[in-house]
Amino acid sequence: METIESDVVIVGAGGAGLRAAIALAEADPGLRISLLSKVYPMRSHTCAAEGGAAGVARSDDSMDLHFGDTVGGGDWLCDQDAVEFFINEAPKELTRLEHWGCPWSRETDGSVGVRPFGGMKIKRTWFAADKTGFHLLHTLFQTSLKFESIRRFDEVFTTDLLVSDGRIQGCCAVEMRTGEMKQFLAPAVILCTGGAGRIFPFTTNGAIKTGDGMALAYRAGVPLKDMEFVQYHPTGLPATGILLTEGCRGEGGVLRNKDGYRYLQDYGMGPETPLGEPVLKTMELGPRDRLSQAFWQEQKKGNTVPTKWGDCVLLDMTHLGEARILERLPFVHELAHAYAGVDIVKEAVPIRPVVHYMMGGIHTDINAATPLPGLFAAGECACVSINGANRLGSNSLTELLVFGKRAAESAVKYVRSGTTKVDRAAADQQANAAEARVQALFDRPESTETMTAVRNEMTHAMETGAGIYREEAMLKDTADALAKLRQRQTSIALRDKSKVFNTEFTQLVELGCMLDVAQAVAVSALARKESRGSHQRLDHVERDDETFLKHSMAHYQGEDAPRMDYLDVVITKSRPGVRDYSGAKS
Amino acid sequence: MSQRQITFEILRYDPETETEPRFQAYCVPCEEEWVVLDALNYIKDTLDGTLNYRWSCHMAVCGSCGMMINGEPMLSCKAFIRDLPAGTIKVEPLYHFPIERDLVVVLDDFMDKLESVKPYVIPKKQRPIEDGPYKQTPKQLHQYQQYSMCINCLLCYAACPQYGLTPEFIGPAALALTHRYNLDSRDKGRRQRQEVVATHEGVWECSFVGACSEVCPKDVDPAGAIQQMKIASTADWYLEHLMPWRRS
Amino acid sequence: MSRNPYVREVPRTTWYMRNNRYIRYMLREVSCVFIGLYAASLTVGLVRLAQGDNEWTHYLNGISSPTGILFSLLAFGFACYHSITWFNVTPRAMRIPKGDGFVPGPAIVSAHYIIWAVVSLVFLLMMGVL
Ligand SMILES: Cc1cc2nc3c(=O)[nH]c(=O)nc-3n(C[C@H](O)[C@H](O)[C@H](O)COP(=O)(O)OP(=O)(O)OC[C@H]3O[C@@H](n4cnc5c(N)ncnc54)[C@H](O)[C@@H]3O)c2cc1C
Ligand code: SF4
Ligand code: FES
Repeated sequence: METIESDVVIVGAGGAGLRAAIALAEADPGLRISLLSKVYPMRSHTCAAEGGAAGVARSDDSMDLHFGDTVGGGDWLCDQDAVEFFINEAPKELTRLEHWGCPWSRETDGSVGVRPFGGMKIKRTWFAADKTGFHLLHTLFQTSLKFESIRRFDEVFTTDLLVSDGRIQGCCAVEMRTGEMKQFLAPAVILCTGGAGRIFPFTTNGAIKTGDGMALAYRAGVPLKDMEFVQYHPTGLPATGILLTEGCRGEGGVLRNKDGYRYLQDYGMGPETPLGEPVLKTMELGPRDRLSQAFWQEQKKGNTVPTKWGDCVLLDMTHLGEARILERLPFVHELAHAYAGVDIVKEAVPIRPVVHYMMGGIHTDINAATPLPGLFAAGECACVSINGANRLGSNSLTELLVFGKRAAESAVKYVRSGTTKVDRAAADQQANAAEARVQALFDRPESTETMTAVRNEMTHAMETGAGIYREEAMLKDTADALAKLRQRQTSIALRDKSKVFNTEFTQLVELGCMLDVAQAVAVSALARKESRGSHQRLDHVERDDETFLKHSMAHYQGEDAPRMDYLDVVITKSRPGVRDYSGAKS
Repeated sequence: MSQRQITFEILRYDPETETEPRFQAYCVPCEEEWVVLDALNYIKDTLDGTLNYRWSCHMAVCGSCGMMINGEPMLSCKAFIRDLPAGTIKVEPLYHFPIERDLVVVLDDFMDKLESVKPYVIPKKQRPIEDGPYKQTPKQLHQYQQYSMCINCLLCYAACPQYGLTPEFIGPAALALTHRYNLDSRDKGRRQRQEVVATHEGVWECSFVGACSEVCPKDVDPAGAIQQMKIASTADWYLEHLMPWRRS
Repeated sequence: MSRNPYVREVPRTTWYMRNNRYIRYMLREVSCVFIGLYAASLTVGLVRLAQGDNEWTHYLNGISSPTGILFSLLAFGFACYHSITWFNVTPRAMRIPKGDGFVPGPAIVSAHYIIWAVVSLVFLLMMGVL
């Protein structure tokens, strides 16, 4: 087995991983950096983000306001020290990206333009038309090419972390083009593997978002935090789950039910605002969880529009006019046209809530460090937590930058602390075991079990039990189903025996990861007997700060369901209050 | 629901057991609104798990899923079956790239070329963060914006006959990206990039077939970018030779 | 190593038969041959003129024979094809800034046609045809 020694290994080359790599290379050109990714960096799902990245830019905005929106939006489950740090760093990081060439949209005087997003008191979303994530990812990737010390391993699929002596020692990964296992030895590993939306059937997430890094850390003994909090985005296209950015509503798009009525006013987000004059934090600019929940209620009332792919409501942008749509929302225009056959200049487009983002993830502290020495995590796979129970739109892209850099700084500090010698013998032993496990997948006896069946049953179980609204009995069913599926998964045999670019093999590993992550979601949701942010329980409709102003921590227990315990939320200056998104507030 | 049985002929290749690619046919019940990628996923999930191809976003932005569909380079996630002529649909890996396995091609050559054109802002001097963002007017942004839309899907390389005949050619996407940075008001690195692109393997290899721009799914117009660079390079040459004092 | 990337050779001599796009491109390139031949025939005409009346008449007979006319028509067709295809792509090679954007493509293309028409007119006038 080939062994590659480095000082820091980064797993994942999306926004977070690339930012971390650049920060490492800048911190010390002598560092040996290995950047692993199961796809070429520019294929990472950061490229799909449309709307923008939040950071205080205008003189009428302030750090306090961004703080308030984030913490309130997160239903007070955010760690406030982390939020403060995040908000202070945000404008610097977005500026740095500007210096690296990101084509931010501009005001006429040449300054960077900002647009409003849901749940924001003041416009603070920096945007590059409606392709912000795409530009952010390509700017970071292209900038990373400047640094010789970043050694890239593209299409190298990480399967295991190496841990011994209670410390991280590196990881093992399969090079997809040869099918060969490689051992990456390093005293520090940063996980930046992104989210896990693929555990649900309807999602804005690409095929690669299978929670690999979450599962790797979880199996290595690091708890997964706040996994029950899954964000639905209110405006996805029904058949494909393709997202129409929140920017649609930021620019003035409105939601209507089958009668053309702007139903959000019935769910505490009114009074109705005039067409084309969106009011911040009101109606369509309410937070995502509330909008998705309002959809569910309308559906129950029979006010939705039936389509071939299920019930929808209508996103109407026709009053914005062609010129504005083409300037500000060209990608939305293209997507709606191609995938829904709708010209948004002329017609309203049918949409429904789709799974979008995992607020939960690998437990890290404010320094992006996990409890396992040497293991760091950043981006969507991590939970710091700045997103609490519901992420404020456009905080995530900024989070990639701020905590990607932070993870790199922490890793450098850790590597330099001198206590980090890699235990070669132990690492070799583990790597051989990992290789044997991979081989065992190929050697499984034939069976009737199929990957497709297990995957479909998993996504179905998640949608029915752990969707927008949840309750005890359904969640129990889901958790039971997942336990069984985890069992069944072990008998799936690979039909493709070739070593070269075997995606059946990688899909099987991904399925294993998804099942572990899905089970953590369901069990965490079952245990949280309250409603908060994106976690809404029909049998526990109130928020319960007394018992549950706490982070859930799911601990891996092998074949059994995870063990749950709880961690206090860090509160510095904002006590839990009421989330008010009616137009009546100050 | 309107379903149609459609036959897909897909080029398969497993280097471990085969010496050359072969076509394999699959009959797929296609939904009206499907793209070719949906059919491939159907094949992989229900008919034949050994078929391999790249994809991720299913929304024409990650650039993974380029392939030849009926001989045309296309993103399979944007190639609607209803838009293709009735009959068998032929799917092959992107032309002009070596086949790694099935529909997966080897991208090393492009990745090296991308790196060689220095696709990043090279400022005159490092701007401190405290100085805030550069000013860049919408007009200055428009100068390069179109050329910054490239998703590296490589359809243009599969369409370009020059790249097929002369693999040393830097090629459309990498050159368009060079132009993108050259035109950015924040960048001062054009001279450095000229060493690579104002060469025979650079812009001068292009004979303006224009196929790249016709197949580009993001309207990047690499052919236009290359012609503009030729004009600029020619202007450079004349300035240097007619006004030697301008040489720095 | 189990890899063995398969390289599909591009047919060196017949590559342009692979699709219509390439054929159109080849036609555009081939048009130069006809334009070149036409220019050559004009040069020959000049030489003939200098050689005297007899040679000149001979030349005129040649170009007004059916083959001569066919050749002229072909050359004219190719010249038009060449010009039109070039005019259509000019907006992409020359972007003229205007306001926050650029002069729209059709305007640039039309400008080319107008100049073409004006120049042709001037020549026809000078030659006394009009
Ligand atoms: C459609 C859409 C729109 C969005 N819009 C916005 C927005 O407007 N504003 C906002 O703030 N946020 C938005 N988000 C959220 C945001 O884009 C994501 O949370 C963020 O991009 C995640 O980045 P990341 O770097 O953590 O992961 P990703 O970009 O997903 O990258 C993950 C990386 O990990 C690698 N990887 C994963 N598993 C393995 C493995 N086993 N081995 C090796 N490598 C591995 C992958 O190859 C990839 O490089 C949006 C999300 C989606 C899906
Ligand atoms: S220029 Fe167009 S066709 Fe070529 S790689 Fe970029 S997006 Fe694809
Ligand atoms: S799957 Fe991403 S471009 Fe087609």
